[in-house]
Amino acid sequence: MTRADTRTLSEHESKRVLAGAGVPVLDERVVDTPDDAARAARELGADAPVVVKLCGEGVAHKTERGLVRLGLRGDDDVRAASRAVLDAATPDDGDVSVLLAPMVRGSRELIAGVARDPQFGACVMVGIGGVLAEALADVAFRLVPIERVDAEEMLDDLGTQALFGPVRGEPAVDRGAVVDVLLALSGLADARPDITSVDVNPLVVVDGRPIAVDALVEVRA
Amino acid sequence: MTPPSAEQWQALFEPRGVVVAGASTHPGKFGFVALHNILRHDYSGAVFATNREGGDILGHRALTSVEDLPEGSVDLVFVCTPAAANPELLKACAAKGVRAAFVTSAGYGEAGEEGRAAERALVELASELGMLLAGPNGQGVVSTPASLCAQIVAPYPPPGGIAIVSQSGNFVSSFQNYAVQTGVGVSRAVSAGNAAAVTVPDFLEYFSEDDETTVALAYVEGVTDGRAFFERIHGVARRKPLVLLKGGVTTGGQRAAASHTGALASDERIFDGMCRQAGATRPANVEEAFEAAATFATQPLPRGPRVAVLTTAGGWGVVTADAVARAGLELLRLPDDLRAAIDGKLPPRWSRNNPVDLAGAETRDTIPEVMELIASHDAVDAVVYLGIGIQSNQARLMRTGPFYPDHGLERIVAYHERQDERFAHAAADISEATGKPILTATELAVADPENAGPRAVRATGRVCYASSNRAVTALAHLYRYARFRRRRGL
Repeated sequence: MTRADTRTLSEHESKRVLAGAGVPVLDERVVDTPDDAARAARELGADAPVVVKLCGEGVAHKTERGLVRLGLRGDDDVRAASRAVLDAATPDDGDVSVLLAPMVRGSRELIAGVARDPQFGACVMVGIGGVLAEALADVAFRLVPIERVDAEEMLDDLGTQALFGPVRGEPAVDRGAVVDVLLALSGLADARPDITSVDVNPLVVVDGRPIAVDALVEVRA
Repeated sequence: MTPPSAEQWQALFEPRGVVVAGASTHPGKFGFVALHNILRHDYSGAVFATNREGGDILGHRALTSVEDLPEGSVDLVFVCTPAAANPELLKACAAKGVRAAFVTSAGYGEAGEEGRAAERALVELASELGMLLAGPNGQGVVSTPASLCAQIVAPYPPPGGIAIVSQSGNFVSSFQNYAVQTGVGVSRAVSAGNAAAVTVPDFLEYFSEDDETTVALAYVEGVTDGRAFFERIHGVARRKPLVLLKGGVTTGGQRAAASHTGALASDERIFDGMCRQAGATRPANVEEAFEAAATFATQPLPRGPRVAVLTTAGGWGVVTADAVARAGLELLRLPDDLRAAIDGKLPPRWSRNNPVDLAGAETRDTIPEVMELIASHDAVDAVVYLGIGIQSNQARLMRTGPFYPDHGLERIVAYHERQDERFAHAAADISEATGKPILTATELAVADPENAGPRAVRATGRVCYASSNRAVTALAHLYRYARFRRRRGL
């Protein structure tokens, strides 16, 4: 499938699709102005740090372009960061808005996704995530639909098993919760033939449980 | 395309009679070799040959035409004629009651657009005639229950439980060569050729229902409909172990993709995940493929991952322990009661842990007794036994040297060889009695196959592995398949 045949949903829209399928996501807000951003940040939690990102269907390479601002506290910081990411938008980004989310901490990042293979059709994937996911390539695939036992075995297939135990004061990964994410992705791929790919990266492990912190869903145009 | 009927399969693998079409008087031609191989291995049914000029081939009067065949005496035609002659040939054969054709002829799908058209026409014709069509461009079919060696290549394997199908005919030969070497035999073997009508999954499904077959072994390169292929091998592996060697996994490479998931979705990774999901065993190379199949055919499945290593020398045990860990198996800690029981059989210099290293402390009965103690213990799922053949190796030096048979050499040589034979039989008998795999490994299996140890292992019908590493690799394949079944309640 060539890129012209597909379009990428915005991060927020992608997560809405994933949440509907049962993938855990954060409580997020999408706003248009720096003032609305400050208000939304207060709603998310009085003093809790937030993340501000530029959000839009055409927005790609957010981290590399400085379109993700982490650990913001207070109206001024949120306003300034929101203005900065909006100002950095280019015409290629299309219609843009500001996405706010609570800042979560977890030193372990997984990747999960869906791809459609020309030979084998829809496949679900899990692996070690983050910006080095492709270089590490510690991943496992199965054909959709998967059963629970298949999802469990996908986790067993990964080479970096030590990452699933207790790490740096964080509890062991709740494997069952990751399995639930994979089953949700399998179900989504089955139910939505128009979805050509799903990327959940990172799927951050927070207190042992996976949360989709960034995600992109690609659909047939 | 619908898979062949039971009657058609029977015609291919258990034919009442065979006709070699295009038999040749020239011993270098396929049409001669095929007839030679069928006659050479005492095929149990009637054998006929056709040749346009008639004549005598290997003591057989060649018929000038299929029309001269006695009605209903032949089920299988082995086709060595040029592609252009084949449509008329198949029609004439069908009229005589032939229900299966193995076509060696080239010039079909592998030979350009014209060949592809001829192949489509042949497939259609066979379908109209109600005839199973294997090939074209294949090397042949072997079926040991029928003593049938209808192939244009060697060897003919010993009978056994492994059923082979390959998209590359030469791998059928390779696997059968390993069968000859190890003594672990074959039920059916077939080169799928261009697989124009009967495909690799068709053969695998037949094998999975075939009473003569305990394990299926396949070599595949291209897969045309991945999803259907998956569904079908999934069904096969639920019934019987399936060892699937895949060639060309690195050629597809990475795809250009917008997403990380898409970029990571290489042919290799998806094929590998597909095999795990289907329960198919995926070996890394040819010898590993055969040894996995041979182990499935000859050892019980382990109930768990816990391996005990029994060795007569330290270093072997150490590297085997490493191999066990690398293969995803578990080197169990020796339970106290088992340690105490072994203490009762040996002086204190043995390792007192796993690997159980006898450290040269063994006497006449130690190895079978300790092996039985280990294999019978509930904490042990499988045993790897090392050290067979050492004394027979020394015995060979003695027997072939200038001092034999004097100086007591005759007696000690016979003793050593008898002992190694005993150990081989103990491994097989204890494995059978406990229902646990016991794998015997020594490089003497290839360095000196006639050594009494490896020879006796082969006589028990089992593989004598050429290294402990290869034994452990095969055992790990059995463990993963057993776990696949257990986790799915099969």
